[in-house]
Amino acid sequence: MSYLTKNSNSVSKNRTKTAIHLDDVTLTLNSAAGEVKILRGLSFDINKGESVGIVGPSGGGKSTMMMVVAGLEQATSGTIKTAGIDLSSLDEDELACFRRENIGIVFQDFHLIPTMTAQENVAVPLEFSGIKNANDLAKKQLKAVGLDHRLTHYPSQLSGGEQQRVALARAFAIQPKILLADEPTGNLDGKTGKVVMDLLFKLQTTTATTLMLISHDPMLANRCDRIITLEDGRVIKAK
Amino acid sequence: MVKTHINQFSLAIKFALRELRGGIKGFRIFIACLALGVGTIAGMGTLTKSIEAGLKRDGKKLLGGDISLRLLHRPADKEQIKYFKTATKFSEIIEMRVMAQNTSKSEKRALAELKAVDNAYPLIGEMLLEKNIKLKKALAMKDGLWGAVADDSLLNKLHLKIGNILKIGDSQFRLTGVIKKEPDRIANVLSLGPRLMVPTAGLAATNLIQPGSQIRYRYRILLPKSITKKSWSTLLEERFPEAGWRIRKSEEAAPGLQRFIDQMILFLSFVGLTTLLIGGTGVSNAVSSYLESKVKIIATYKCLGAKSSLIFQVYFVQVITLAVLGTIIGLAIGSLLPVITINALNDLWPVRPEFGFYPKPLVIAGLFGSLIAITFTLWPLSKAQEIPAANLYRDITQPAIIRLRGKFMFAIIFGALCLSGLTIITSNEKWFSFYFILGVALTLILLKCSATLVLLLAKKINRIRNMEFRLALSSLVRPGTNTSSIIISLGLGLTVLITIALIEGNLSRQIKERLPAMAPSFFFIDIQPNQTVAFDRVIKSIPKTGEFKRMATLRGRIVKINQMPVENVNIDAGVRWAIRGDRTLTYATKPAKGSKIVAGEWWPENYNGPPLISLDEKIAKGFGVSLGDTLTLNILGRNIEAKISSLREIDWRSLRFDFAIIFSPGTLESAPQSHIAALQSPKKIEMMVEQTIGDHFNNITIIKVREALQAAATILDGIGTAIRSTAAITIFVGSLVLAGAIAAGRRRRIYESVVFKVLGATRYTILKSFLIEYGLLGFITSIISVLIGTIAAWSIVVLLMDMTWSFLPITVLYTICLCLIITLLFGFTGTWHALGQKAAPLLRNK
Repeated sequence: MSYLTKNSNSVSKNRTKTAIHLDDVTLTLNSAAGEVKILRGLSFDINKGESVGIVGPSGGGKSTMMMVVAGLEQATSGTIKTAGIDLSSLDEDELACFRRENIGIVFQDFHLIPTMTAQENVAVPLEFSGIKNANDLAKKQLKAVGLDHRLTHYPSQLSGGEQQRVALARAFAIQPKILLADEPTGNLDGKTGKVVMDLLFKLQTTTATTLMLISHDPMLANRCDRIITLEDGRVIKAK
Repeated sequence: MVKTHINQFSLAIKFALRELRGGIKGFRIFIACLALGVGTIAGMGTLTKSIEAGLKRDGKKLLGGDISLRLLHRPADKEQIKYFKTATKFSEIIEMRVMAQNTSKSEKRALAELKAVDNAYPLIGEMLLEKNIKLKKALAMKDGLWGAVADDSLLNKLHLKIGNILKIGDSQFRLTGVIKKEPDRIANVLSLGPRLMVPTAGLAATNLIQPGSQIRYRYRILLPKSITKKSWSTLLEERFPEAGWRIRKSEEAAPGLQRFIDQMILFLSFVGLTTLLIGGTGVSNAVSSYLESKVKIIATYKCLGAKSSLIFQVYFVQVITLAVLGTIIGLAIGSLLPVITINALNDLWPVRPEFGFYPKPLVIAGLFGSLIAITFTLWPLSKAQEIPAANLYRDITQPAIIRLRGKFMFAIIFGALCLSGLTIITSNEKWFSFYFILGVALTLILLKCSATLVLLLAKKINRIRNMEFRLALSSLVRPGTNTSSIIISLGLGLTVLITIALIEGNLSRQIKERLPAMAPSFFFIDIQPNQTVAFDRVIKSIPKTGEFKRMATLRGRIVKINQMPVENVNIDAGVRWAIRGDRTLTYATKPAKGSKIVAGEWWPENYNGPPLISLDEKIAKGFGVSLGDTLTLNILGRNIEAKISSLREIDWRSLRFDFAIIFSPGTLESAPQSHIAALQSPKKIEMMVEQTIGDHFNNITIIKVREALQAAATILDGIGTAIRSTAAITIFVGSLVLAGAIAAGRRRRIYESVVFKVLGATRYTILKSFLIEYGLLGFITSIISVLIGTIAAWSIVVLLMDMTWSFLPITVLYTICLCLIITLLFGFTGTWHALGQKAAPLLRNK
């Protein structure tokens, strides 16, 4: 892996118990209206296998923080180590490689590829990783989320809950070290949302994956080991 | 390493095919643009090849034999005829211009192109007459009169009917048939009258065959298979080196037509290229908007760990797959074009195109299509691979700013150079192609600069009270706007159309409206030397006639320049016409009134030395000769070398009676010759002049300048319409590009229209704002195109054609209206759908 050879020091860190490490992270975006400070010196650690709920009002910086952790957004300053790897020195392609081997993401809007079947959608990250039996693994993963009867269905032929379960299967397909979930039940009704979340926690526990869950729902966040509250780009409470 | 690349590429193919399952809806404009562009180039190329093949197939028929010999003023002598008889068959044809007169009704006269044929005519092919009458029967003598057949138009002009008697010279003929198809007739723009055909045996009695008359004798030879054309003509030249005939073989049956075809190829291939270029911008826009719709998917791929290079390959494979589809459709259209045009051309074109499979133009068109597809899609594709994964969290109101990588910029420039190279390599006129590329590049740069300027200005204007106008203006400059690409693509098509319309308009105006005040009303040809005194007297007896001028004429061919055969001299293409055939010559003691000598001096009135000539300065320049150099002319089989003693500036457009070559006295006076005369007369007495001359001299051919110019103008009108129609395809493709651009903005327009509705705007307000936006876009594009097109047309008319320039506001106005109609129509169609959208579902999804 190119990014591993480039960050040889990070391999040793990989052995530590910290899965996510943020130290004084700031993010400032330039817009036509001027500079907007999104993150203002975030610092916290999340241990391996831990589940952490991120809560806070809209515009507090929750999703941006998640993007920074996944290497989707570059922080303006501070240190971010995800899965023991310092992301600041990786380029776009190295970040992509990093994600496909370490991170699984579940979005509020599912973000399934409309032209691919459920099985193909789940196989995508496996195929990116060059895994030969990607389709078989995808099938197994869909069985794990109870969708083995929907393998050849396209996203448009699935219900919202089913789509999110496919997204879950996709996120867990590569057996990620860290799972980032951004309002995974935001587009689902209460009952379906509960089914999806039960499944998510079950998978997270069985695979001992570190979970960072962003949610507006305090009940949902309470199911996590810890809760971090963000407001105005700062950690205002961590318990 | 290589294996990794192969693995990635096969993964890209797999993903591309999966994405294409969604259908090619987003690529319809892409395929249409490419198919039309490739189809135009392939079609033009195939049509040209099929016409050339038709010409080759019919060469023998068009020439009337394997070999054709032409002599001017005099027939072949007995020895020469005896030699012709060594061939299988030969036929003698005599051609001249005559005045034909209806003897039975009002004695109407008309100029006709007379062709006297022998019994052997036609040696090859078939002469078709209406009602299936056989030519021999039609021309045979009956009741003491020879038969004659004519074009239908002569019958109309003279109010003739079958069976009527018509007078030619001193003889009478009975009209027995109407010509349907003449096998050896080639469309001749210089034909001054309809065809009239009589038997050679009946020609002598007309008394029109006089020394010096403008008569062309043609001898068609049909050779046995054992003798080659080359060996026979070589032996002929060796046997009769001084004959002075022009020898033409069947493969060069119609050099005039071949030249016309060459020019047509050049024009059509540039129309094709322009179409493909405009299509290229459409291709680029279509791929951009397709990729815009894929932003979330690309960002998802990136979130799931796809490298930028894989993203590029996934979409490159899709683009190439669809480009291949578009190219195949284009090639199919192109290869079928001749089939469609064959029927349309059948009656208009002298040669029936040979339908067949011609791989070369298809390969060239395919190459152009592929290069255009790759070059024009690299930009959007390279931008697609740079789409950040974070775009999953951005929406259409916050497009990410993506910059192009250096290697892609290099690849695009390389693609453009390859396109230019291919254009030059595949063209017969390399320099012309080079200037075309330069012109297109310059036009594109100007359009791009203008578009940037328009956007800058629109951004500056912010104090507009009218809300709809303000909204429209802000739409033109919003982030991610298509304004620039619409101005470039539609502007390129319009610029081509305006340039062509203005050039054609100027040419037409030159002929139709700018008939010089000093131009004569009549030319009289074939005045015999013994008729000159009587002719002058008759002219002077007609009251109210204007300036009259008569001169002796002979015909001669320039065979050497400074003693070097003309074939070996590097002659400028602009004056090559001067060595192509015979030139009309004269001799004079004094320069004509109004002559402008620009170099050297006119010879003294009593000059009696070696032959001198006064030459047109443009010909001198094109020949690379000046004062003191020599030209050798073959006059009636005799070579005469003459020294250039003066150069004259001649304005041929004035239609003043002038000659490119004028000899000093003492050289040509004793040669067989005839006289030609020019006369100015008021329009109202033109009929009387024609009547009087016709009554007194039935051998003299009368050419009415007004009628001849009218005929030329009609032909030019026809050519102009054809050219404009062909050029209109560029507008069609430009409109497709516009439609594509409007379709690409559909998502944004629906969103905007919903937001406006929520804020209380009526459908009328929204529609007005959108229509103002498109109206502005169309108006700005047409103004820019008019400016660039006018500059281009002016450069060609004034600098290249050396003609006077007239700005044609009506033509320009038509073009502006056309552009406005197109943009408003497409804008309205695109907007109407947006207006019908309900706000609730869209807002729920947001």
